[in-house]
Amino acid sequence: MEYYLSLFIRTVFVENMALAFFLGMCTFLAVSKKISAAFGLGVAVVVVQVITVPVNNLLVTYVLADGALSWAGLPDVDLSFLGLITYIGVIAALVQILEMVLDKYVPVLYNALGVFLPLITVNCAILGSSLFMVERDYNFAESVVFGAGSGVGWALAITALAGIREKMKYSDVPEGLRGLGITFIIVGLMSLGFMSFGGIDL
Amino acid sequence: MRALRNFLDNIEPSFHKGGKLQKWYPLYEAVDTIFYRPPSVTKTTAHVRDGIDLKRIMITVWLCTFPAMFFGMYNVGLQANTIMADMGMAQVEGLRGTLISLLGGGYDASSLWDNFIHGAAYFLPIYFVVFVVGGFWEVLFATIRGHEVNEGFFVTSVLFALICPPDLPLWQAALGISFGVVIGKEVFGGTGKNFLNPALTGRAFLFFAYPASLSGDGVWTAVDGYSGATALSIGYQEGMSALQNQISWFDAFFGTIHGSIGETSTLAILIGGAVLLIMGIASWRIVLGVFLGMVATATLFNVIGSETNQMFAMPWYWHLVIGGFAFGMIFMATDPVSAAMTDTGKLWFGALIGFMVIIIRVINPAFPEGMMLAILFANLFAPLIDHSVVQANIKRRLARG
Repeated sequence: MEYYLSLFIRTVFVENMALAFFLGMCTFLAVSKKISAAFGLGVAVVVVQVITVPVNNLLVTYVLADGALSWAGLPDVDLSFLGLITYIGVIAALVQILEMVLDKYVPVLYNALGVFLPLITVNCAILGSSLFMVERDYNFAESVVFGAGSGVGWALAITALAGIREKMKYSDVPEGLRGLGITFIIVGLMSLGFMSFGGIDL
Repeated sequence: MRALRNFLDNIEPSFHKGGKLQKWYPLYEAVDTIFYRPPSVTKTTAHVRDGIDLKRIMITVWLCTFPAMFFGMYNVGLQANTIMADMGMAQVEGLRGTLISLLGGGYDASSLWDNFIHGAAYFLPIYFVVFVVGGFWEVLFATIRGHEVNEGFFVTSVLFALICPPDLPLWQAALGISFGVVIGKEVFGGTGKNFLNPALTGRAFLFFAYPASLSGDGVWTAVDGYSGATALSIGYQEGMSALQNQISWFDAFFGTIHGSIGETSTLAILIGGAVLLIMGIASWRIVLGVFLGMVATATLFNVIGSETNQMFAMPWYWHLVIGGFAFGMIFMATDPVSAAMTDTGKLWFGALIGFMVIIIRVINPAFPEGMMLAILFANLFAPLIDHSVVQANIKRRLARG
């Protein structure tokens, strides 16, 4: 239990997807103008992560990895070259389902997220988590915790960024830096703040 | 005083629109409002009669750092003179040695004056460089972008200088304050528009860019080649009993220990802090929040205990007096711009700092000190804290009908 807790804390804070690895930047920068939308997207990412990372983990363990098909009587088959396309396929399918669910039950959030909901498919934070999961040889339980942690970390970062950007309406940024320019600077400074966790070895 | 007013009034027109010095209006305005209250009055019905404006507040904060600053200079000198006597060094070479002899200081650790001058020879160059370089950026942005030169910079510069280690290379001090003022504040539009504390931003930038000059055991005294660990790093490496053998709690409270220039004496900081709290400039909610968060987290770690990590055993009253905790709590966390704005939010904001500082000090082996990073981290979440407090209020009022 303690091990899973520390894995969770580590993925949320120390190895934060957005502020330590700078993954998922396009949506991170684009959908962080309003706290409510950012929070909604954050929740959507958490949901997608919690499902895709474990599903991909099962696929890797029982289908794709070298010798994984031995249960089907094919011990010599190595399908790992199909990894990337499988992960992205799983993610795309899940996002489609999520989109339909949101459209039906939470239309406000669906409209607020707009085009960025389908774009979660190509959000590198999500594919990144699946790839990290493969690279670090997580088992099923670990991949559930890791998926949840990376999603929560990303959601936390984007909500904090949205808070700062809402506060920024009182600021007076030089013309050339307005919009994305200053947002890049903010994200850099945020990751300076998140460095407080760098070096924690749980 | 009349002559000064007349002089200022006389030169004023040339700074106005169309005058030949109109570019320099922010500078004129800054000098004018240092000496005099602005004559402008409100024209509509709402009217507050009060001489305390942002400038006066900032000047008060600046004055309140003086106990810590003067004690810091004395302490830097005391530490350096004591060590030099032990190592058999007779005098300091270079710029600082010249400065000491010019000011008539010596190297006797029992003499108040000698210690003070020795420390001043280290602090004043840093402060001077920080003030000039930072002031350059401030005035540059003010002239080009047409905003006021604000006394907030007095505070930023003195706070930045006070959290530097005594023998920080001067070019690094210049670099740090440049980053703090430009990226931490001016790109957002100047005082009141930033979201991180500028002094801490600059310090954090230096900390990660030049770790050798801002961390480790070799930098906390003004003597070259002497390695003296801070109280926190002793506590981390050797444990509480070793720490108590080397320095007593009262040493740490009065501040005769190694550390950054202004952070060592909890007593001097609290004197300045008391003035700020009584005048209502520093928010007591933030200070209380930081304090309670720190006490709760430290006690929690005391109770949990650990075989391998010595810092778990450090009680809260030690956390209070060593490292930059007191300085950060009084002067940095209470920065009204980057802290939370709502009353409830201030308590939570403070508690987050108190919690984070202990987390970093105790379980993060990479950084023995956590106050700087804890405050920066809490700054990031201050807008979010405010947002949830406001939303909670709206919800409560709606429910009330």
